Amino acid sequence: MRLHIVTGKGGTGKTTVATALAMALASRGGRVLLVEVEGRQGVATLLGHPALPYEERELTPLPSGGRVCVLAADAESALLEYLELFYGMRRAGQALNRLGAVDFATTIAPGLRDVLLTGKATEAVRRRAGARRRAADSASAPFHYDAVVMDAPPTGRIGRFLNVNSEVAGLARVGPVRDHADKVMSVIRSPRTRVHFVTLLEEMPAQETLDGIAEINALGLRVGSVVVNMARPPLLGEDDLAAAANGGLDKAELVSGLKAAGLSDVDGLAAALSDEVRAHALRVRLEHRTRARLTELGRPVVELPHLEGGVDRSALDRLAETLGEQGMDR
Amino acid sequence: MTATHAPSAPRLDVDALIDSPETRIIVCCGAGGVGKTTTAAALGLRAAERGRRAVVITVDPARRLAQSLGLESLDNAPRPVPLPEGTPGGLHAMMLDMKRTFDEVVEEHADPERARQILANPFYQTLSTSFSGTQEYMAMEKLGQLRQSGEWDLIVVDTPPSRSALDFLDAPKRLGRFLDGRLIRFLSAPASTGAFRFLGAGVNLVTSAVNKVVGAQLLSDLRSFVSAFDTVFGGFQARAERTYRLLQAPGTAFVVVTVPDTDALREASYFVDRLAADGMPLAGLVVNRAHPLPDGAGARLTAAEAVRAETALRDAGTHSLASAALRLHAERVRTREHEARLRNRMLSHHRGIRVAEVAALPEDVHDLAGLRTIGAALADG
Repeated sequence: MRLHIVTGKGGTGKTTVATALAMALASRGGRVLLVEVEGRQGVATLLGHPALPYEERELTPLPSGGRVCVLAADAESALLEYLELFYGMRRAGQALNRLGAVDFATTIAPGLRDVLLTGKATEAVRRRAGARRRAADSASAPFHYDAVVMDAPPTGRIGRFLNVNSEVAGLARVGPVRDHADKVMSVIRSPRTRVHFVTLLEEMPAQETLDGIAEINALGLRVGSVVVNMARPPLLGEDDLAAAANGGLDKAELVSGLKAAGLSDVDGLAAALSDEVRAHALRVRLEHRTRARLTELGRPVVELPHLEGGVDRSALDRLAETLGEQGMDR
Repeated sequence: MTATHAPSAPRLDVDALIDSPETRIIVCCGAGGVGKTTTAAALGLRAAERGRRAVVITVDPARRLAQSLGLESLDNAPRPVPLPEGTPGGLHAMMLDMKRTFDEVVEEHADPERARQILANPFYQTLSTSFSGTQEYMAMEKLGQLRQSGEWDLIVVDTPPSRSALDFLDAPKRLGRFLDGRLIRFLSAPASTGAFRFLGAGVNLVTSAVNKVVGAQLLSDLRSFVSAFDTVFGGFQARAERTYRLLQAPGTAFVVVTVPDTDALREASYFVDRLAADGMPLAGLVVNRAHPLPDGAGARLTAAEAVRAETALRDAGTHSLASAALRLHAERVRTREHEARLRNRMLSHHRGIRVAEVAALPEDVHDLAGLRTIGAALADG
């Protein structure tokens, strides 16, 4: 796969998964670009960097020799770059900027905004090694990037964001924007592009994933994996879980165990702990149901563990490895 | 004192807030996915059950929650929520349809012919369905309408899931600024009038750039849209200012909703600063999905003690149930400590902010009973 689009409900760890995926894809020594399009500087925050500029900047090299570059794309810079690249209109771009045309391009016409942002990512997908960008399509040199990962907008907006053609159609029926949109769309529709969904084993993110996948399928785009993030292993066996969920936990056994462990006030403690166990059992039951619904989709379901104490660079390395072990490194 | 103890932040007294007849508008804001809609609905229900005539405006409720509020159809008007007999107050709920709201604004202000022209313009259709500030703007518009109708004495607003929490405050102004802005006047002015002659050669350069990039069709749609729209609205910006001032008025209370994780707390922190900078009245912070420890013996058992006891059992190879319970407890205590650290860090930047904490529930809320439980938890703080 060459373009990986990562979406998910807010709060599911989309940026973390996109970053780990870029690292996993580079783990065999390739060069991978991670593009962020929401202007949130999520990657910089995740890595503890100051805000990243509008340029492809390399992360600390991976042990494997693979390379991950990061681009924090914003619509305003993309528009100025687009004008300069395609029309040689640097001055006009600056004049437009002064007039508030940035508002024009980036807010009044969201279709235009999206086509600029997706355009940036798809240009990187098409770019050839050594070639000037303008000549990217005609060159026969190998691709500059082996893969591109896009940290895309959340599930609620992903369909509209990727369906740039129809978004732009209302605004520009013919003309250069339309041509550009068509080119972008051909990369997004390519058999080598996948849209991955990040979710938690909770009701709302899972429902949004189901809805989002239906939407992506309806658009004729290809769904990749469902990434279940922050998964926690159950701490009890099936029987104990079932009993606890139904309020039938063996309290006498719990009391005797706590006594055997040398704890005091075992009755009070057993009461408190059995409430905690019951809540855990209910959560695990809900997680089972949710996982079953996600599995029914027939897409690969990949799981990433919940990491105590948050995500840092070494945690990202571990997540990347876990993604690789589950086949998400190609 | 360990990190598991609640920090000394003053408690947000939710009942005092919703009981006070002075409180007319409560705005729930915060990052996406933190439970804004549930919080708004729970506040509305609790207020109704304590005697207020409340209405909740939601933007994008989860399906089952919407059903529990009787919001099966999206008809952009408040619907009564059936409550048990003898409830002292009343509750209405509505789901915002931003296009419909925008259409209504147009129809209200334009004569039928002009309204028809505006509604049919492709540019208007983009503006009313996907302009990034429209949803925020229309939520405020609806709020203004409901406030004016006088039918409700408490309006609870669930804000749109914006890209950034700040969009919510900026978008209405941006939309107003855009519709009043010099770019749109410039683009819509006939080329020959030279309204922008002072820009000299820049004008042609820019017009030609815009033509090249977006095509002439868009410019002509835009011109006809603006001329139709302009005569109807005069000052769209003034309208945006009015809705904005409604938010600053006494009687409005902002509740910043968050969950105890780094990203959501950072958003909440930005929002608190921004509300202060804009002179918006902040009632307090609601921290959803927290993991408080049980009272009594459970609260006294530390993670280290639980791990020690669990190791002893494991070494003996007996009592697997107690062993699992102790591991679970240790994990829970550590989670609580982590949450408390994040929360205290945020609160240390915002001294004096009032806080209500709501414990995580094992399952999502999708009925009135669930909302009632959340409302009670909010009031317990």
